Amino acid sequence: MSEIAATADSRRLRAWLLGLPLAAAAWWLTYTHLPELADATVAVLDLSRDTRLGEAVHFFVYDTPKVLLLLVGIVFVMGVVQTFFAPERTQALLAGRRLGLGNALAALLGVVTPFCSCSAVPLFIGFLSAGVPLGVTFSFLISAPMVNEVALALLLGLFGWKVAALYLGLGLLVALAAGLLIGELRMERHLEPWVRAIHLGEAAAPDGSGFSWLERFDAGGRHVREIVGKVWPYVLVGIGLGAGIHGFVPEDFMAAFMGRDVWWAVPLAVVLGVPMYTNAAGIIPVVEALIGKGAALGTTLAFMMSVIALSAPEILILRKVLRWPLIATFVGVVAGGILLVGFVFNAVL
Amino acid sequence: MKRIEVLGTGCRNCEVTYNVIREAARQAGVEVELEKVTDLARIMAYGVMRTPGVAIDGKVVHAGGIPAPDTVRDWIRE
Repeated sequence: MSEIAATADSRRLRAWLLGLPLAAAAWWLTYTHLPELADATVAVLDLSRDTRLGEAVHFFVYDTPKVLLLLVGIVFVMGVVQTFFAPERTQALLAGRRLGLGNALAALLGVVTPFCSCSAVPLFIGFLSAGVPLGVTFSFLISAPMVNEVALALLLGLFGWKVAALYLGLGLLVALAAGLLIGELRMERHLEPWVRAIHLGEAAAPDGSGFSWLERFDAGGRHVREIVGKVWPYVLVGIGLGAGIHGFVPEDFMAAFMGRDVWWAVPLAVVLGVPMYTNAAGIIPVVEALIGKGAALGTTLAFMMSVIALSAPEILILRKVLRWPLIATFVGVVAGGILLVGFVFNAVL
Repeated sequence: MKRIEVLGTGCRNCEVTYNVIREAARQAGVEVELEKVTDLARIMAYGVMRTPGVAIDGKVVHAGGIPAPDTVRDWIRE
């Protein structure tokens, strides 16, 4: 590297090191004063929270900045964390692991390894041909999309840390158990034959072990632009819908068919959720509003998890490498796990 | 002439990467042989698990996501 480039880099690193604490302070100050800001906005618009419109507007102007702030914060941190976990490294960590411990590790790594659903198939083949067992690979493939940072940010913002932690824990548990079960069923024969024949070349891509802190911070910034830049319209639409439900749908309206006494609500939520595909950003504000109207938490969580973790497009992509029996098992096991989570939540809470 | 391969199964980011490289080469006035590789077996043979990947003259220089414009300019110029 030339000397000029080196000085430019060190200047940019200084800018990050100075800017980050400032940004964090501004972030915290705004985040802790959101109720006042929302009250002020409602007052400026000459509305009252006693009216339906006023309540809906208050919901919107309180939740929108809150969710966006959390999203930016968590996505930035995840962007930096992910530079430590390139898929090549995760693959090496998982190769040759036994079922059990390997599944637990895979589920955890699924949370922090950068993952894009368009890479699902190459990743899947790459893992298998590097000697990662099928069941362990599935634990990774289930946890990576389900326990995603956007869902966590939103749950944290709208429901508090307890629900967010439960979601994280149960998501990991479903990924762990489903992978374990698929591994025990010895379903390797249901892979498309050409998949087993593929030989993975030597990992030639940079594996991320040589990142400088400047590159890690840059990656965090890029991650924010990429993710938040993509999901913010969904967040706005979701919160708008949520605000409408919050202000205009009568109390306990949802209790009749999504309450905890309705036993068929959880299976129905999963059946409806599986073919649907939306990102967490759009669905969670709606979920919050539904719960405010008497829907049971377990039912709504089950709906959300099935929407995020299983989707028709994803299944079609996987069909390229898996035969139907394995796909059916995959969908069945994950849906079953989500079902269980829904029932447990409804029974306990 | 450089042979640049964009490795990816045809997702949107792969298209974008292909266009970014073609555009950069055009602006630099450098002729390159640019190819989209969508065959999974060939992609895997490069050891690329994150798409889109980029290989120049058979060597992987990038994997996962759209490459930064500066990086692309460096590839073309080198």
